Amino acid sequence: MIENSLLRIGVPFAALVAFSIPLGLFMARVFNRQRTFLDPVLEPIERAIYRICGIQRSQEMTWREYTGAALLFGAASWLVLYLIQRTQYLMPFNPQGMTAVAPLLAFNTAASFSTNTNWQAYAGESTMSYMSQMLGLTSQNFLSAATGIAISIAVIRGFVRDGIRTLGNFWVDLTRATLWVLMPICVVLTLVYVWQGMPDNLGAYAEVKTVEGAPQVIAQGPVASQEAIKELGTNGGGFFNANSAHPYENPTPLTNLLEVLSILIIGAALTHTFGKMAGDRRQGWTLFATMSLFFLASCALAVWAEQAGNPKFASLGVDQRPLATQSGGNMEGKETRFGPIDSALFAASTTATSCGAVNSALDSYTPLGGLIPMFNMQLGEVIFGGVGSGLYGMIVMAVMAVFIAGLMVGRTPEYLGKKIEAREMKLVMLYVLIFPTLILLPAAAASVIKVGLSGIANPGPHGFSEILYAFTEGAANNGSAFAGLNANTPFYNLVLGFVMLAGRFLMAIPALAIAGSMAEKKAVPASSGTFPTTGVSFVVLLVAVILIVGALVFFAGDALGPIVEHFAMVNGKLF
Amino acid sequence: MARPKAPGLWSREIAGRAVVESLRKLDPRTLIFNPVMFVVEVTSALTTIVLIRDVVEGRHALLGFEVQVALWLWFTVLFANFAEAMAEGRGKAQAATLRQSRTLTQAKLILKTGEIKVVNATSLRREDVVMVEAGDTIPADGEVIEGVAAVNESAVTGESAPVIRESGGDRSAVTGGTTVISDWIKVRITTNPGETFLDRMIALVEGAERRKTPNEIALTILLTGLTITFILVVVTLFPFALYSSTKLDVPVLVALLVCLAPTTIGGLLSAIGIAGMDRLVQHNVLALSGRAVEAAGDVDTLLLDKTGTITLGNRMATEFVPVNGVQATELADAAQLASLADETPEGRSITVLAKREYNLRGRELAEHEAKFIPFSAHTRMSGIDLNGRSIRKGAADEILKFVQERQGTIPPEINAIVERIAKDGGTPLVVADGARALGVIHLKDVIKEGIRYRFERLRAMGLRTVMITGDNPLTANAIAQESGVDDFVAEATPETKLRLIREEQARGRLVAMIGDGTNDAPALAQADVGIAMNAGTQAAREAGNMVDLDSNPTKIIEVVEIGKQLLMTRGALTTFSIANDLAKYFAIIPALFMVTYPELDALNIMRLATPESAILSAVIFNALVIIALIPLALRGVTYRPVGAAPLLMRNLLIYGGGGVIIPFVAIKLIDMLITAAHLV
Repeated sequence: MIENSLLRIGVPFAALVAFSIPLGLFMARVFNRQRTFLDPVLEPIERAIYRICGIQRSQEMTWREYTGAALLFGAASWLVLYLIQRTQYLMPFNPQGMTAVAPLLAFNTAASFSTNTNWQAYAGESTMSYMSQMLGLTSQNFLSAATGIAISIAVIRGFVRDGIRTLGNFWVDLTRATLWVLMPICVVLTLVYVWQGMPDNLGAYAEVKTVEGAPQVIAQGPVASQEAIKELGTNGGGFFNANSAHPYENPTPLTNLLEVLSILIIGAALTHTFGKMAGDRRQGWTLFATMSLFFLASCALAVWAEQAGNPKFASLGVDQRPLATQSGGNMEGKETRFGPIDSALFAASTTATSCGAVNSALDSYTPLGGLIPMFNMQLGEVIFGGVGSGLYGMIVMAVMAVFIAGLMVGRTPEYLGKKIEAREMKLVMLYVLIFPTLILLPAAAASVIKVGLSGIANPGPHGFSEILYAFTEGAANNGSAFAGLNANTPFYNLVLGFVMLAGRFLMAIPALAIAGSMAEKKAVPASSGTFPTTGVSFVVLLVAVILIVGALVFFAGDALGPIVEHFAMVNGKLF
Repeated sequence: MARPKAPGLWSREIAGRAVVESLRKLDPRTLIFNPVMFVVEVTSALTTIVLIRDVVEGRHALLGFEVQVALWLWFTVLFANFAEAMAEGRGKAQAATLRQSRTLTQAKLILKTGEIKVVNATSLRREDVVMVEAGDTIPADGEVIEGVAAVNESAVTGESAPVIRESGGDRSAVTGGTTVISDWIKVRITTNPGETFLDRMIALVEGAERRKTPNEIALTILLTGLTITFILVVVTLFPFALYSSTKLDVPVLVALLVCLAPTTIGGLLSAIGIAGMDRLVQHNVLALSGRAVEAAGDVDTLLLDKTGTITLGNRMATEFVPVNGVQATELADAAQLASLADETPEGRSITVLAKREYNLRGRELAEHEAKFIPFSAHTRMSGIDLNGRSIRKGAADEILKFVQERQGTIPPEINAIVERIAKDGGTPLVVADGARALGVIHLKDVIKEGIRYRFERLRAMGLRTVMITGDNPLTANAIAQESGVDDFVAEATPETKLRLIREEQARGRLVAMIGDGTNDAPALAQADVGIAMNAGTQAAREAGNMVDLDSNPTKIIEVVEIGKQLLMTRGALTTFSIANDLAKYFAIIPALFMVTYPELDALNIMRLATPESAILSAVIFNALVIIALIPLALRGVTYRPVGAAPLLMRNLLIYGGGGVIIPFVAIKLIDMLITAAHLV
């Protein structure tokens, strides 16, 4: 059993290590505007885009301009998405005749997709026309992911540049992230997915008769193409409500592996991009190692919790042991094709990053199994994280770790030779503060007011977990649902919409501001008194800082949800 | 009075005054500068108000518990104030011993009319001129404008040997409180009362002028951020608890907040900073800003004058190298004759060497017809005309010219010898007797004992040392090799230092330098840490941001260590403070929800007796740990120059690991005590 788990976590992880390195180095070339093998095809397209949009590719932006551009682009994306949903009944590619999406739901969905969250308060197959899915949601899947990558590249430049006020050009980074990184990988993935049996068409839903002769409607559509970017861009918004548990979204073990891999790959690869651009690959490896430690630990814990099953069942005489013919463990809410291991691995991956795609119902996990995905997000989405946002979140954490390390060795702290001073600490603390505020305040409100409480499906601590989870995933721009909570209510649509927007854009501002102030500083050459930000001791410190920031803030809340539920379960009480 | 001794850590007098001070520091207007403790004070007040309400409304159920929580919360603030007051008290005590000497001094003020009027030293203003005669105490810092005197500076340096102070040159500055033991000097006062180094230092320690240093500000931001986060946690915990129909009371919520907030480091932060200044004073260094002390810990490059710092002040003759078949004794004899009137240390060392090696005694020159030729920068030689002989010693090219002018021949090997000596870092002096070149004297720089070890220590700390010397590159290189200095700049002029500092700073490095001369002043001002020697000129002392009363150039090592120690102590206590939170969570969270969720008792891993005893124990621990760590805050964490990574691991283990484990044990012990005493 252990061997089986090791193999099924080990293979995707090994593939992640193997593929993230070339991709990371490739991205460094793309954003340094060095030659790549895709240039002959893509450069003409790039030039055409710049000409049409009037972009000066050599024009550099200060951090303020860069942030302004990113915010402007986010606002425009949100508005366009809102309008598309509200007018989808007027537009073509609507064979099912979907009507306009309700205003608050449209607001929430627009916020969700423009922030790379892909929280789905709607059910795709019964709400969205193909036009809304493709032009609206899928294009945002690309653009919001590309925005994240662009911001992370700007943040990297801030640490790498020496005494320069600018961080690059947002429009150029956005275009290159889409054309060079996201598009080509998606084309390949789509083809593989279609080969594996995913549909990709624009036809009306099929109406068939089942063997018993009952009529059944089988929803379909451009699934494979949307599936590719769903994971690659850590978007997570499924074509179908069942997301990656749906056979059309995840038909085979190979697609399951590829989906897990593509969820993690860009977040992981960006660490190598960072190392390459910083001129010290070990810097990238250090962040990669830190992320990997958290990832593997969360996989192991989630698999352990789910495989152990529920003691209450044992007392009923249910055999939860894994055997040759059954996977054992907690099978509630899990697709039988995947079982506890692949489900827990998927859950850990999707919450380690800000993806949010799921292949099982997290609501039905054991308390500890459900705590792991929530805790992953509460750590600030820095374990590989959202494409881009994971890296800059991790860099902010590294700055904090460096500050503490500097104090411990008696030297004003430096990261990549840049001194960390009061201004940076102010921004770091702002970044660190925004996140729990976005989670705890609305969750506190929701747990006492009627409109908040009315959404929960289960009593007791489990219901509390549902509320806490909803705002955690919103602030973390994850979008995975703990289900159980009926979030398509005015209160949740509105509040979660704002939480998602703030979780994305409010947090990008301090990150870019740190980069801006770093870029202006002169790099100090390292001496033997400089604390090395590579190697085991720094990884240990970074892990400790991330754990402390996450655990100290959320321990009280988690104790009242999953933790108390766990001890209750041990005592034979379920919610 | 020798160097100011560090008062005993718990000196009764200082501690007594600190108790009073810690009450005065409760004033929220001053406490607001320490956001962490300000929050504790506000919430303590809130708890007290709730307590009074409960008394008035006659709710007696948990009154005893609430009273104790409120008391310990106030103690937390008071203990933090006490720590700060202790550090201030110790600083003041040290400064006071330095200042004492001055207050009773009388000064002989020279009026415009030339009359002398005896006034009180404290009434002297800048630009006043005073007469100081043998036996008088110099009334204030100033500059000698006339006269030469031997001054006993033991009052400030602890060094009993008198020093010469004279007008002009680099030895013109005098310090208030020192005593003239011979002759007289006229001193122009350079500071107004309250502006002397001592006054500035005392003001820094006393807090009136104490400003937060850059690192202190950054750390305060971190601590404030954490405190805000914990306020958020505690404030949202109330509705979270309501969800499960638990109504949490103000005192327990406040208890949780105060326990989670980084009160340990928040309470000790300013004490650590003041203690850093105190430690400098113990090393006889006066810092003119806390910023300078902090910068000292960060210094990357250290500029050192060769002379006096790396080498003993003077070159010494170590060898006579005869040429052209000349007997060594003849060379030694001529060299000694040429040096008999040479009062420079070099000259004296030649006489001594000739006496030691060749048993040549110094002769009474009065018997002979002797004419001394003193050294001049123009001729670059010195010597003696004696009984028709003209013996000269000096720079090789000048002496050889001297020989040629007298139709002498130049021995072919002499150039090779001169070159060899220069290459070894020595100074070759050629000796000639009229038209005959006799040989070469090898003058050598004597490297200070133990300097190599000190440089190794600096290197281990991550500092790069650069030697500055006016010597030629060959000589400089040899001395650099021998002393173990990292780099050197040869043929330097005073401007070289300034340029070098600017270059290093442009590369983002922090530079420290030590100087004493007036021409060092611009460089001292430019350097991030400029340590002026107390024996140096007034200009140098004004330009630097630290003054070393002992005038010991190697003192920089201690200064750097104190700077690093300051940061490390902050870092260690921050880590300790945050690590403590783990145990406090485990103590308080199960206690808060014991009624609603008895299952959470599984988290009560310390098996604390009752919810009340658990909360109270955590609060008591949180308050007492401040007191327990005052000695560490005042003494500082031990610094070891072992490189950054091992140092971090060590400190993480001690203060991070210790910070996790200690509170589990301590809270359990406190819980057992208060349960046994039936306090709750």
